Amino acid sequence: MIEIRIHGRGGQGAVIASEVLASAAFREGKYVQAFPAFGVERRGAPVTAFARISEKPIRARYFIYTPDHIVVLDPTLIEAVNVTDGLKEGGWVLINSPLPPEEFPSLAERFRVATVDAGSIAVAHRLGTTTAPIVNTAILGAFSRITGIVGLEALAEAIREVVPIKPDANIAAAREAFERVKT
Amino acid sequence: MAKQIVKALDGAAAVAEAMRQIDPDVVAAYPITPQTAIVQTFSQFVADGLVGTEFIPVESEHAAMSACVGAAAAGGRVMTATAANGLALMWEVVYIAASMRLPIVMSVVNRALSAPLNIHCDHSDSMGARDSGWIQIFSENPQEAYDNTIQAIRIAEHPDVLLPVMSMQDGFITGHGVERVEVLEDQAVKDFIGEYTPKYSLLDIDNPKTFGAWAFYDYYFEFKRQQTEALSKVPKVVEEVGQEYGKLTGRYYGLFDPFEMDDAEIAIVVLSSAAGTARTVVRKLRKEGVKIGLLKPRLYRPFPGKEIVELLKDVKVVGVMDRSIAFGSIEGCGPLYLDICASFFTYGNGKAPKVVDYIFGLGGRDILPEQIEGMVRELIHIAETGEVKQVVGYLGLR
Repeated sequence: MIEIRIHGRGGQGAVIASEVLASAAFREGKYVQAFPAFGVERRGAPVTAFARISEKPIRARYFIYTPDHIVVLDPTLIEAVNVTDGLKEGGWVLINSPLPPEEFPSLAERFRVATVDAGSIAVAHRLGTTTAPIVNTAILGAFSRITGIVGLEALAEAIREVVPIKPDANIAAAREAFERVKT
Repeated sequence: MAKQIVKALDGAAAVAEAMRQIDPDVVAAYPITPQTAIVQTFSQFVADGLVGTEFIPVESEHAAMSACVGAAAAGGRVMTATAANGLALMWEVVYIAASMRLPIVMSVVNRALSAPLNIHCDHSDSMGARDSGWIQIFSENPQEAYDNTIQAIRIAEHPDVLLPVMSMQDGFITGHGVERVEVLEDQAVKDFIGEYTPKYSLLDIDNPKTFGAWAFYDYYFEFKRQQTEALSKVPKVVEEVGQEYGKLTGRYYGLFDPFEMDDAEIAIVVLSSAAGTARTVVRKLRKEGVKIGLLKPRLYRPFPGKEIVELLKDVKVVGVMDRSIAFGSIEGCGPLYLDICASFFTYGNGKAPKVVDYIFGLGGRDILPEQIEGMVRELIHIAETGEVKQVVGYLGLR
């Protein structure tokens, strides 16, 4: 079983990201589970969402404390929240950032670090606003590339089903991030 | 077996999908907090013309249940959904729905009651309604939430029953939790539930009847006695419907779901989603040679005490896990503990295992396998020594 934890801020689409990820893995024949940990329901507040992906039925129903990989939708969360808490050694830390992975040396000691400028990609595809881009679908394209846990085509299908608006722009953003992710 | 489509759905979407297939005559619901995505999704189905349902967006939960009572008395197939304080605000009319023997089906996504303010899972809301005369069924996951919604229609409308059903699942944990769900085709659901022909209806003007009559010293007592009699018919109907549904889907349902109980000396009893986590613990401890089993009640009201005693009578220790407190009850225990104890006192022929209670998960507090394992270690100690240090413990309390 692979456990993934997604850190974002209210309005960035962390919860939808976990659902899209689960839906994509489901399309590839896996058993899945995706669920959020809501705090206060307002824009900007830290939000955590979880996904489990397994070859076998998933019975456990509790938060993910020792993820295999984490996805960080807002790089400022790295200072605000202990995002790598419990992350397994060698797991991927995928960060939405224009900076290259080398700029996160403390993380690179124990984990594999990847970055993708999902914010600019989302803005270019008119997802959200320039000040508050919705980066969830773009970053999943990068996640698909670095981990191979879900394929890009399954991801595209899942986006089309789960994401409520602009499916084509969201899919295009995921494809662009797939190409542009830096490791 | 019928053809089924596999989807990735959260528990709320699974229930909304069942409601779309059931296509009830009337859904009355309060469309804002503390509502869940069930009503949001279903109202979209109404707006898109996918159902013929008359959707009544009311001004409060009290009005929601009032409109359901009116519509059901008029002969409609009626559904609604609520959670937490929404159910609490329905209170007065919840009792009226059961007392008038109206087969309304209500989906309840279990969430904590205020105060303090909280939106997360526990069972305080529906446990408060356990004496209201409704049938209560708890679901572990989105699949069961879907299946139980469909079966609830048949149970409620069964001529021996004619009582409303509350179909529960855990808020956020499964309500917002996306999982794999097998969904029937629309026609299969329609065939399974059939057309609803009310025995009595307010609108049947050729056969006028009185609904919600006065009954004082003369007949009120008899109405209540009949309600209890109707509830006593429920377990058999639940089992029959569960078997028929199993033939259709391959998923058979009974009064409860036992796991590794055959030679168990220690048993965990727990409702809903935590049973999934507990099952992983049982599986692990079985590999280590611990004779442990799990009993997940499905039908909670009426409580199948006799059948549960039959299943648990040979174990040494029962650890009950309660996701709510029955405030002021002995030792501050939970309602499930009270039911298990009363069942042994009534049906145990003077014999009973040691039964202890663990309160957990209030207000959405996470429950982890390690905590359940810790509980089991205490149960093993009780089994070995016969000594109960505390009747009510707490899992995950800071």
